[in-house]
Amino acid sequence: MRDRTFAPSRILIYLIVSLIAAAWLAPLAVVVLNSLRSNEEIAQGSMIGWPQHLAWSNYAAAWSGFCVAETCAGIRPYMLNSALVTIPATIFSTLLGAVAGYAVSLWRFRGDSWIYGIVTLGIFLPQQMRLLPWTIVLRDTGLMNTLTGLVLIHTIQGLSFTTLFCRNYYVAIPQELIRAARIDGAGFFRIFWRIILPLSPPILVVTVIWQFTHIWNEFLYGVTFTTGQQQPVTAALIALSAAVADIPQHGVQSAAVMIAALPTLLIYLIGGKYFVRGLTAGAVK
Amino acid sequence: MTIAVSTGPGRPATSDRVRRLPEYLAIWVPLLLSAAHLIAFSLWTIWISFTPSTLIPVTGWVGLRNYSAVAASRNWQIALDNLLLFGSAFVLLSLATGLILAILLDQRIRGENVLRSIFLYPLAVSFVVTGTVWSWLLNPGLGIQKLVHDLGWTSFRFDWLIDRDMAIWTIVIAAIWQSSGFAMALFLAGLRSVDADLIKAAQIDGAGPVRMYRRVILPTLWPITITVIVIQLQFAISTFDLVRALTNGGPGIATQLPALVVYDLMFQRSLLGRGAAAAVLMLLLLLAVLLPYAAWRYVQRRRAIHA
Repeated sequence: MRDRTFAPSRILIYLIVSLIAAAWLAPLAVVVLNSLRSNEEIAQGSMIGWPQHLAWSNYAAAWSGFCVAETCAGIRPYMLNSALVTIPATIFSTLLGAVAGYAVSLWRFRGDSWIYGIVTLGIFLPQQMRLLPWTIVLRDTGLMNTLTGLVLIHTIQGLSFTTLFCRNYYVAIPQELIRAARIDGAGFFRIFWRIILPLSPPILVVTVIWQFTHIWNEFLYGVTFTTGQQQPVTAALIALSAAVADIPQHGVQSAAVMIAALPTLLIYLIGGKYFVRGLTAGAVK
Repeated sequence: MTIAVSTGPGRPATSDRVRRLPEYLAIWVPLLLSAAHLIAFSLWTIWISFTPSTLIPVTGWVGLRNYSAVAASRNWQIALDNLLLFGSAFVLLSLATGLILAILLDQRIRGENVLRSIFLYPLAVSFVVTGTVWSWLLNPGLGIQKLVHDLGWTSFRFDWLIDRDMAIWTIVIAAIWQSSGFAMALFLAGLRSVDADLIKAAQIDGAGPVRMYRRVILPTLWPITITVIVIQLQFAISTFDLVRALTNGGPGIATQLPALVVYDLMFQRSLLGRGAAAAVLMLLLLLAVLLPYAAWRYVQRRRAIHA
């Protein structure tokens, strides 16, 4: 229908798209380039520039050298914290969400649509409405300022999204399949294990990518419920820029930002298709 | 009738219940935990907003006093003004950017996949990272202004980050960069699902590309447009991390937003009652967006069923 010849109008289209794409890539390019420039080099010019010599040492310093508050262990402990929160919370919330989604879509029980409706409201309820109650819960359970506390929060709150994703995927499975399996004597878990789970990889990938990205990037709970050495990497980055405000170390800071952004960027590069599917699935709730 | 076979006569129903206990637990525990925490947490925060709680939650009743105190504070008023400006500018501009990108990418161009990935990658990055990077780019002594000065144009000014009146626009810029790709993805999906017969019919009628978009294709996109608006507004209302990393509410309190006021009241000034009231006000703002949307969706769906 539309041809691929290079009419002037098509050249214009390519020009505009390339310009916007360049603008979109610019912030990433600036951080990558700065992460390879020495602090002194950046201080002499601006943050936008080509490295005169590659300062790979920025990455070593960012990873395990520079100081946040009184601790000089680099960004490594905070990356570890983020991983120790994100990985378990992603696994738990995805598995529980898969079971819950299966229960409300195919197993059916009294009150299923009611409870499902309430659970999905969690997608809209602002975090601010839950900050004080979580404070009390964490304090009373002794989980304040622990990674376990953050895992608990992200697992329970993640259920709203994971249940929605899985439920919307499972409703497309014909009910007859379940009915036939029940007549054959298969129970709740057997059907889940033998029929549902083998059909699930696409939606589980979408859910895992969504949860991982969101929990890794989360900031408010991390900064509210943990301090010092227990903070996830998002909170540590903010603490870092406050700590170095007097003597800026933009090269090292850029390297730290790159390291902190790398896990979710890599996941996006590898599983982009599933990432976008999650975005649009979340939108058509 | 088939269930009776497995239970059999003489087997009491309770043993069946016991046997199925793991199943009940698996079904109910996660769902109940999620639903109960949502309801209990909301009700508790609403209740606290009517108490005189300061450092710790206390019982008591002060009516709407927390609400009037929040509404009368300069912090909150500035936050609301900012939200209005930021919300409308960000939503309109990201909508326009997303639509333009979607239309351009829909012209069967080479490298569409790569381009789409470029416009979407900011969504994989945290707001903290986005805010930090843009705070460097927009910092007049470090970023774009410094670069242009070094290149020789020394009277060039781009110092919105430290300008009280313009600082909120730095948040708009960063937010557009972060989430226009989302609008693009939804619009592109919409453009790709336009009925081919509709396009063919318009072509036979002799419609050129511009007319085609204005009269035939774009009108089919308005349900998607509303969805994008609602989701972007929802994001605007709860913006927190981005501002913390980019301007931290400054200069002064020039880029204050409701979520920052809530945090400030709850955890920096230890005024729990007022903080809770501000959180409830945020919820009301969200509901003002979401309830009409839910009603609209309901009508749309009923119409689709009856059509």
